[in-house]
Amino acid sequence: MSRKLMKDGRPRSPFSITVMALLALLWSIPTIGLLITSFRTRDDAQSSGWWTALFNPFGANWTASNYSGAWTGQDFGSGFINSLVVAIPATIIPIMFAAFAAYAFTFMDFRFKELFFLLIIAVMVVPIQVSFQPMLGILGPRGLGISGQYIAVWLLHTGFGMPLCIYTLRNYMSTLPRSVVESAKIDGCSHYQTFWRLVAPMSIPAIAAFATLQFLWVWNDLLVAKLFLKSENTTVIVKLQQLLGTQGQGQELLTAGAFISIIVPMIVFVTLQRFMIRGMTSGAVKG
Amino acid sequence: MATVTFDNATRQYPGNPVPSVDKLNIDIADGEFLVLVGPSGCGKSTSLRMLAGLEEVNGGRILIGDRDVTNLSPKDRDVAMVFQNYALYPHMSVADNMGFALKIAGVDKSEIRKRVEEAAKILDLTPYLDRKPKALSGGQRQRVAMGRAIVRSPQVFLMDEPLSNLDAKLRVQTRTQIASLQRRLGVTTVYVTHDQVEAMTMGDRVAVLKDGILQQCDSPRRMYDHPANVFVAGFIGSPAMNLMNVPVTDGGVDLHGHTVPISREDLGGVGKDVTLGVRPEDLELSSDQSGIPVTVDVVEELGADAYIYGSTEQKLLEATGENAGAVPFIARVDGRRPPEKGEKIYLKPKTGHVHVFNSESGLRVGD
Repeated sequence: MSRKLMKDGRPRSPFSITVMALLALLWSIPTIGLLITSFRTRDDAQSSGWWTALFNPFGANWTASNYSGAWTGQDFGSGFINSLVVAIPATIIPIMFAAFAAYAFTFMDFRFKELFFLLIIAVMVVPIQVSFQPMLGILGPRGLGISGQYIAVWLLHTGFGMPLCIYTLRNYMSTLPRSVVESAKIDGCSHYQTFWRLVAPMSIPAIAAFATLQFLWVWNDLLVAKLFLKSENTTVIVKLQQLLGTQGQGQELLTAGAFISIIVPMIVFVTLQRFMIRGMTSGAVKG
Repeated sequence: MATVTFDNATRQYPGNPVPSVDKLNIDIADGEFLVLVGPSGCGKSTSLRMLAGLEEVNGGRILIGDRDVTNLSPKDRDVAMVFQNYALYPHMSVADNMGFALKIAGVDKSEIRKRVEEAAKILDLTPYLDRKPKALSGGQRQRVAMGRAIVRSPQVFLMDEPLSNLDAKLRVQTRTQIASLQRRLGVTTVYVTHDQVEAMTMGDRVAVLKDGILQQCDSPRRMYDHPANVFVAGFIGSPAMNLMNVPVTDGGVDLHGHTVPISREDLGGVGKDVTLGVRPEDLELSSDQSGIPVTVDVVEELGADAYIYGSTEQKLLEATGENAGAVPFIARVDGRRPPEKGEKIYLKPKTGHVHVFNSESGLRVGD
């Protein structure tokens, strides 16, 4: 029996493959159920389980009206766009600033460096809820007057996302070979050039990992969006929650709405995960 | 190209009571190949990094040419450095790695390409220009690191143990290549190593450091023939020089009945005993029973020569009192008639080939 070797040199194990496949299936069952239910009529969904449609695909009453109902009737379309408008800057801004900060904490010397870093770690334990009242005050009409607009939510997500991001990126950057940065210094790079040309490209695995997390967090966020966005700017998650609250009679729209809201996170995860590869720095230094 | 001057250069790390580099004074001539050598922790890498601008200078000055660079940032010093671990940029091709400094300096693209190709030709890297560093072997990566330095045609090359990650055979080969390349390019080079063989074979001059203090800076030949103190004597040369404390007698030192003559004025300032150094190849078997008595432990036969590893008796050293126990001793003898293991032999130093050091200060006595 010739067993093939996997990429990393271990022998392929049929047992692990079977177990992994079963586990993957088990974990996907709720999502599959949701997907199937979202294409069934209200009556079908209430009278029988989604698996009956799976076992009898030609006897079921398939319909796409749940999607059209949610998208146009419940205004999921604009919510979807709003979600993108909120989530993309709220992912890029904190990561960019955090990467600058992480670079400074890793490769630059300044006074009270340790103290500042400790402060940032300490800030991580502050729960977002305790800041709602002051934040509503600062961003509200008596303060900056930007509450309800996208920028308020960008700022909040930036503020609450950055500490963990700085921490993660600094830890990653401190594993980068120091001599590479020193070599860049001798080659004439300013800090700005060192960051953009060397440290940022070498940190791509960590940045991609954190970008995925931050994007999913912001996309799925209900609390901040509900409190700080006015209704025409609100996100798909808030729409979903409202659907649940007001439409006791429209359960079939809920499944379609839920599926609309998870599509983007899935795409983001699938596309970014290939950047989370190890070995970005292999070949830089010996050993 | 330029001269390099360390003028009382000192580096003391915060929280460390003693300086890591203490008042270093070296003048390096234009085009010279200077090797800094010493045991680990002696400050040789720190000295190099001070010259590169990666390490702060707490006292004294460093000059490149006539320019005081003590407080300049690395990029303004016009130096290129080869790191021990090569420090290649992993996401760039070999050509981009080599041309990076020029690109940052804003040099024209076609000019960069030309200079990279020239350097690649010198280093046999032409077929690899489009590869990423991870697709190269250790030796090739080392050459890319060299190429990165060459392309810039800087005033000074700095090399921090660039060969220590290569295997033994490649190291010897690359050693010669670097030395001849340096002669050809004529760029002032400061090279750090802990390997005294590298130091002796590559450098125009060798500077030996210990505990942050310069012990001696001389040509390899001079260093070998006239070590300035006991430390240099023991550090330079392989196998190492035999060092022992011996009592002073009238007109010389006494080696168990054999007197090594040393002039009276040289012995003027020393005490009851001196440290005598003899290289293994400067010993010969004594026919009578005078000289240094050695019990042979191991005989290494190398064909033409044989090295005897043994120990001298305590008796010889009684005068000092401190060197109790047997002292290891190495001697080179004729490979055709080596003594047997366990045999007791007597060795005499060849005339004019002994080194005498003050046993208190460790400094060389006489010439």
